[in-house]
Amino acid sequence: MTHSAHDHDHAHGHDHGHDHSHDLDHPHPPQRDHDADEMSPYELLEEAVRSLLVEKGVLTGEEIARQVDLMDSRTPAMGAKVVAKAWLDPDFKKHLLKDTRGALAGLGIDIGTLADYRTVANTAKVHNVVVCTLCSCYPKLLLGIPPAWYKSLAYRSRVVVDPRSVLDEFGLALKPGVEVRVHDSTAELRYLVLPMRPRGTEGWTEDQLAAIITRDCMVGTAVPVVPKKAAA
Amino acid sequence: MKHSPALEPQFKIGDAVRIDNRTVVGHNRTPVYIRGKTGVITEIQGRMHEPSRMAYHKPGLPLMYWYKVRFQQRDLWPRYKGDANDQLELDVQEDWLLAPRGKKK
Repeated sequence: MTHSAHDHDHAHGHDHGHDHSHDLDHPHPPQRDHDADEMSPYELLEEAVRSLLVEKGVLTGEEIARQVDLMDSRTPAMGAKVVAKAWLDPDFKKHLLKDTRGALAGLGIDIGTLADYRTVANTAKVHNVVVCTLCSCYPKLLLGIPPAWYKSLAYRSRVVVDPRSVLDEFGLALKPGVEVRVHDSTAELRYLVLPMRPRGTEGWTEDQLAAIITRDCMVGTAVPVVPKKAAA
Repeated sequence: MKHSPALEPQFKIGDAVRIDNRTVVGHNRTPVYIRGKTGVITEIQGRMHEPSRMAYHKPGLPLMYWYKVRFQQRDLWPRYKGDANDQLELDVQEDWLLAPRGKKK
């Protein structure tokens, strides 16, 4: 068993080599497949430590499996629900921006104690995009496992120096006059981008709204797009 | 340089601050690209454990204030290609913050 509690990129047993949870047709760097290469030193280390923890009775295999399942149950759908609610409920939005942990707790979402969370709102003038240049900090307990590109050296170094080109490569064309604000997660704080609600979604339900809020919208490398049919 | 962790934040929102340009060995959370650069505090994030010590299994105490600091991209990268108003924000631990050059704190 090579998959387990370490921070890897894709769901188990399906969707290998393809991490798109959205239908925008833009390329990401290819995902590494577990079967394709030999185990890295870190994977070997993880397996050794895990075996020891089980052997010494510190953890059981079942406990580890349950934790992996819990992480896998966290998906961007959770974040999308939060954003949709913020679009529909101004009081919730205010709470989310002021006290992300408290607002999420009100929805029954526990973000744990390892890091605190912050929400940054896109406006007509400012577009936010999140990166972790030092490693790969990501609001995992809200959005699930980060995509491989988020952890790539290319994204981490380039989005800081040249964010507009990177956003352009993601297919995101910002309107003229919109400032780009890059957030480098250097502290024990995780950042969630609250995208702007697009035009053409008036009267939509929370579920309808959540359907257009993709993971990338909450990292800041995309904005929600209303499908052409629905916009009619 | 003052390193004593204070109970009250030593800086306030709107203060211009310069990031210390010291060289440290080992894990820390101040990326090299902001060292020596000047930005403005936009938020006081509260007191937190020191990750540079926790990385070596120390408790990371005493707690220290962290601040969100906003930089103008053009101040970070001389050849920055984006708009003049583009910004970068990150969180910095208090003992890396100095008064800007020419100003006494």
